[in-house]
Amino acid sequence: MQKRAIYSNKVLPYLLLVPQMAVVLVFFYWPASQAVWQSFLIEDAFGLRSEFVWFENFRELFADKEYGNAFAVTAVFSVAVTSLSLGIALLLAVMADKQIRGAGAYKTLLIWPYAVAPAVAGVLWLFMFQPSLGVVAQGVKKMGIDWNPLLNGTHAMTLVVLAATWKQISYNFLFFLAGLQSIPRSVLEAASIDGAGPTRRFWTIIFPLLSPTAFFLLVVNITYVFFDTFGIIDAVTGGGPAKATETLVFKVFFDGRLGGNLGGSAAQSVIMMAIVIGLTAIQFKYIERKVHY
Amino acid sequence: MIGIGRTEKLVAHAIIWLGIAIIAFPVYMTFVGSTHTAAIIANGQMPLVPGEHFLKNYYQALFVGTSGTVRTPIWIMLANSTIMALMIAVGKIAVSILSSFAVVYFRFPFRMGFFWLIFVTLMLPVEVRIYPTYKIVSDLGLLDSYFGLTVPLIASATATLFFRQFFLTIPDELVEAAKIDGAGPLRFFWDTVLPLSRTNMAALFVILFILGWNQYLWPLLITTSGDMQTIVVGIRKMITVADAITEWQLVMATSMLAMLPPVAVVVLMQRWFVKGLVETEK
Repeated sequence: MQKRAIYSNKVLPYLLLVPQMAVVLVFFYWPASQAVWQSFLIEDAFGLRSEFVWFENFRELFADKEYGNAFAVTAVFSVAVTSLSLGIALLLAVMADKQIRGAGAYKTLLIWPYAVAPAVAGVLWLFMFQPSLGVVAQGVKKMGIDWNPLLNGTHAMTLVVLAATWKQISYNFLFFLAGLQSIPRSVLEAASIDGAGPTRRFWTIIFPLLSPTAFFLLVVNITYVFFDTFGIIDAVTGGGPAKATETLVFKVFFDGRLGGNLGGSAAQSVIMMAIVIGLTAIQFKYIERKVHY
Repeated sequence: MIGIGRTEKLVAHAIIWLGIAIIAFPVYMTFVGSTHTAAIIANGQMPLVPGEHFLKNYYQALFVGTSGTVRTPIWIMLANSTIMALMIAVGKIAVSILSSFAVVYFRFPFRMGFFWLIFVTLMLPVEVRIYPTYKIVSDLGLLDSYFGLTVPLIASATATLFFRQFFLTIPDELVEAAKIDGAGPLRFFWDTVLPLSRTNMAALFVILFILGWNQYLWPLLITTSGDMQTIVVGIRKMITVADAITEWQLVMATSMLAMLPPVAVVVLMQRWFVKGLVETEK
């Protein structure tokens, strides 16, 4: 789509683009290309010379057990947060979509956690589940579970999943509700006249019509778990105990901070770039389809 | 209209209230924690109702700070976060609206090339280029400055796309009318495009303000001095005082203060928030 009525000016458009292009080139493309270049190099112990080694860094990375662990942790984390937050959000949205009083107020009461920073969300949950002083932790212990996320990897993972899910429900709820409200009432009424009960209407009409929204949310949620949960993990577990909650992003940050292996750290960045490119491509391919739909 | 039975309605209300209660509970406990003394919390004996130390705790957090490694009073962190969030939100909107205007209203060599260069930054979040970017900011001498904190984040593919979509819906007749009146492109931008974009700018502002306020990884690397600390990073550092017991009552008061501005923005500007979120698709 293009404008017919336009201005002709040889210099002005470039001037208008200068601010954003300057930021993009200096702080986006230059560092990204540095990361790609460095991922093919190995520095000597003193950082004086570096040698071009093709894919050696990547080979080492994939042979590294800890990197495999980070992949597995990220996968478990993604599946848990995505399924929990999508499930709960869908349930709440279906309830809020029924013609009940106070739907507007309910919406306000459900969407605000979106505004809470991931790191702060982590601190909130840590405070409740801190093994020695947390209010909920006391209750869990009384139930006979030896709750200790500081020592037990499964408990630590449970805690970060809860915090990450809590923050993401509001986003999913908003999109599910918008999706539900766009389903024509007449279709539902027709089904109702044909004798379909609420459960049947949900699975045969609402659920299929909602699937584009659900698919879009699935991609967005995976992106969220990959990149935006860094704050939660850093605040709640610091990747521990024994790397039980070390995700890919956390590992890049942690390894890079220790310095040392520049090439290996760059290779990790490049792999993450590939993941984002994949996720974004899927997302935009889907959005294209929605435009034609 | 499909009739809904009384029981079905009651069940719907009950489920939603249960959801609201579970979602609000962590914040309620945080508030309760911010009104008790350190001793009561450390004992694990904290009651489920607020205590009497509300004013004392908030006063100490805001104006004195903790006694651990992070001694910056919270009002300084709040000011830093506000400056950072505003610079990021306003900066992203400004550079994006200018870029979109150039791409939509002019024809020039490499026009789509520029557009794609901006678009592809969507695939380069700060997490994947963190240390090379850090090195550039450090080489430029911008560590521990508002400039270093915000400018590397001031580019937005989503905002540029969003404005482009909107500009394409502005009728061509407006440009032709402006031309007949002898208005040049900048006059047209200022007198017509900007006023028409007001609601879109407001919607974007809400989303970008929250995004800016909640920045974590980048400020964590860029700021080291106490004076430059933002509140979200500051809270995290209050918990890792290795040499002392965490002052949970102050951490909780700080958490409340850190949540208040962005949550207020969402609640008070809900209409624009929903518009911004849904139309920019994140």
